[in-house]
Amino acid sequence: MSKHTLSVVVEDKPGVLARVSSLLARRGFNIHSLAVGPSHEEGLSRMTIVVDAPELEQVKKQLHKLINVVKITELDPDQSMEREIMLVRVAAPPGRRSEVLEVAAIFKAVAIDVGASSICFQVTGPPNKINDFLELVRPYGVVDLVKSGRVALAREPKTTRQRLKAV
Amino acid sequence: MTDKITGAQALIRALEHEGVDVVFGVPGGAILPAYDPLLDSPIRHVLARHEQGAGHMAEGYAWATGRVGVCIATSGPGATNLVTPLADALMDSVPIVAITGQVPTGAVGNDAFQEAYTTGITMPATKHNYFVTSPDEIPEVVHQAFHIASTGRPGPVLIDLPKDVLNAETRWHEPEELNLPGYKPTYEGHPLRVREAVELIEKAERPVLYVGGGVIKANASDALRRFAEMTDVPVTTTLMARGAFPDDHPLALGMLGMHGTYTATTAVQRCDLLIAVGARFDDRVTGNPATFAPHAKVIHIDVDPAEIGKVRVPEVPIVGDAGRVLSQLMEAWGAREAPDRSAWKETLRRWQREFPLTYHQDPDGPIKPQYVIEELARLTGGDAILVAGVGQHQMWASQYWRFSEPRRWINSGGLGTMGFSIPAAVGAKAGRPDDLVYAIEGDGGFQMTCQELITAAAEGLPIKVALFDNGAHGMVVQWQRLFYGGRLSASLLGGEVDYVKLVESMGCAGLRAESPDEVAPAIEKSLSINDRPVVIDFKVDLDEMVFPMVPAGGSNDDVIVGPGGGPVAPASDLP
Repeated sequence: MSKHTLSVVVEDKPGVLARVSSLLARRGFNIHSLAVGPSHEEGLSRMTIVVDAPELEQVKKQLHKLINVVKITELDPDQSMEREIMLVRVAAPPGRRSEVLEVAAIFKAVAIDVGASSICFQVTGPPNKINDFLELVRPYGVVDLVKSGRVALAREPKTTRQRLKAV
Repeated sequence: MTDKITGAQALIRALEHEGVDVVFGVPGGAILPAYDPLLDSPIRHVLARHEQGAGHMAEGYAWATGRVGVCIATSGPGATNLVTPLADALMDSVPIVAITGQVPTGAVGNDAFQEAYTTGITMPATKHNYFVTSPDEIPEVVHQAFHIASTGRPGPVLIDLPKDVLNAETRWHEPEELNLPGYKPTYEGHPLRVREAVELIEKAERPVLYVGGGVIKANASDALRRFAEMTDVPVTTTLMARGAFPDDHPLALGMLGMHGTYTATTAVQRCDLLIAVGARFDDRVTGNPATFAPHAKVIHIDVDPAEIGKVRVPEVPIVGDAGRVLSQLMEAWGAREAPDRSAWKETLRRWQREFPLTYHQDPDGPIKPQYVIEELARLTGGDAILVAGVGQHQMWASQYWRFSEPRRWINSGGLGTMGFSIPAAVGAKAGRPDDLVYAIEGDGGFQMTCQELITAAAEGLPIKVALFDNGAHGMVVQWQRLFYGGRLSASLLGGEVDYVKLVESMGCAGLRAESPDEVAPAIEKSLSINDRPVVIDFKVDLDEMVFPMVPAGGSNDDVIVGPGGGPVAPASDLP
């Protein structure tokens, strides 16, 4: 199975998240990540759903059958921006604190809580950057971790960007 | 018009506004406010004995009339009892609107008396559902519900109304313009695809139409007939589409699939072009999909885009309404001449001669169920709305009745709900009171919903029921005999039921036929009684099995034509 990222515009109505997640479960599609929040238009929310599915066409068509789903776009990783936020608490006793902070600095991770034995970092960026940071700090000891789920938007079509560069 | 009314009054007025003439329901605590204004409304209320019955009645009404069927139940158990008919209507694309009471808004989520999370429970069993939080929303919600239920691919919609919302004051207003940004069904086929389809049809040597229930939902039977004649393409119909194409037409091959005719099933296996219209490649039609119609290019016409490519990827997908797309195809076909397909049609006719549906009625033996169907068809002149339950009797009815018109065959196809026929027949009779409505039910299914005969008697809806009484879940027995070494586990009903006395006690006439010579007189008698429902208890032969048969998951190349006949697939017939 491969992972696909869908950007889904839905009506901001009670129960919409339940409808979407229940439909995906019922049809046997595995949700890898799901993030939802208001969109730029009043009354509409945008969901970013990462699904494991052998074939995306069925996922899209089934989602379209939901009355509250307005628009579905599949995001090509090369033509879109994907971001996540991670909060991770890393073990950092006084002797190793500066070492951990050095690694964090490379990733522009922000220390948002410093305690006697650990530091909590906030990291934002594309999913692979987050995972790289996690792997680097793992040897120090990861005490706690939370990820936001992926959010994504399509880039402006290439032709427009090239034209802008030329100007 | 701007007087203050209650939410309940707004609900009933909204139903009147949608043209509802009859609703089927069972009252209870949370829905009580809605029942009071019903007394002052021209809308007829049919009091079902069980909410499942009310739901199937709404379905039967919708099948028979083409209009939206409405059922009403209270919160909690009333709503959960509706789940089966909702799931049934979703599977078979039947337009119904279900209205349920709910505990007062303040009590929701507190495990209140008769509380169930109705919208959550019915989410996967409806096309859409609503939880109403203000009486002001009622006109819009009801209008949207009827629109969603009856357009695109039809289906069930549920409206859940808390008791305080029904009691609260509001002002009636005409529902505003529909605002459904996420719901825009496509009706017109893409012109390019239509042209591609016409080219394939013109080139095909062995084309077959595979017609599903969508043709009936779209009221496209006339268009189908003209299209089939114009392009000279033989027609197979699914269980859901019986009546969409007349069985006595020279191009008719009958039902295809697990219990389809040899000719219909095999024609699809050997065809070079399969034109699917309003059909969804269900497993009961395709058998093993990997071996289904292996030589065919596929044109798939359906109003639901999600059905296209779900099971079989077509060469030409056409999203649209069956009737509109068939008209577009005919327009694009224009004055073309259909190619000479006499060899193909001759092959089909030979199969029809060699492998007809067969059974043998020994005049001194037990009653064969097929004989009952044939006698019913003969004595009614086929002029009846036939409503079947689920199982052997359903298959025999579909095989042996010669259908000539749409909306005169009603059954539970996708969900396969035993006990469907009696309540569905009651609903059909309420919608078409001048038609003869004959239900066919097995004794297994009869024991699930027969209490709705009381509804039929009490409400003056004189349906007729042919009870196929073999003392068993016949289809289960058949499978146990074929696939479980004849070990009959829990399939014999046991108990001694005197069905004549039982139905008489419910206000119906009860008749019995125990031998072949009693069949016709019993049917004739049933046709002469019109002041109350009639049930005929036909003691039928449990040893009879439904054939032809393709075992579940098997290849449609391996049609078993009869009890003695193993797989028959003459390879030499491949044109």
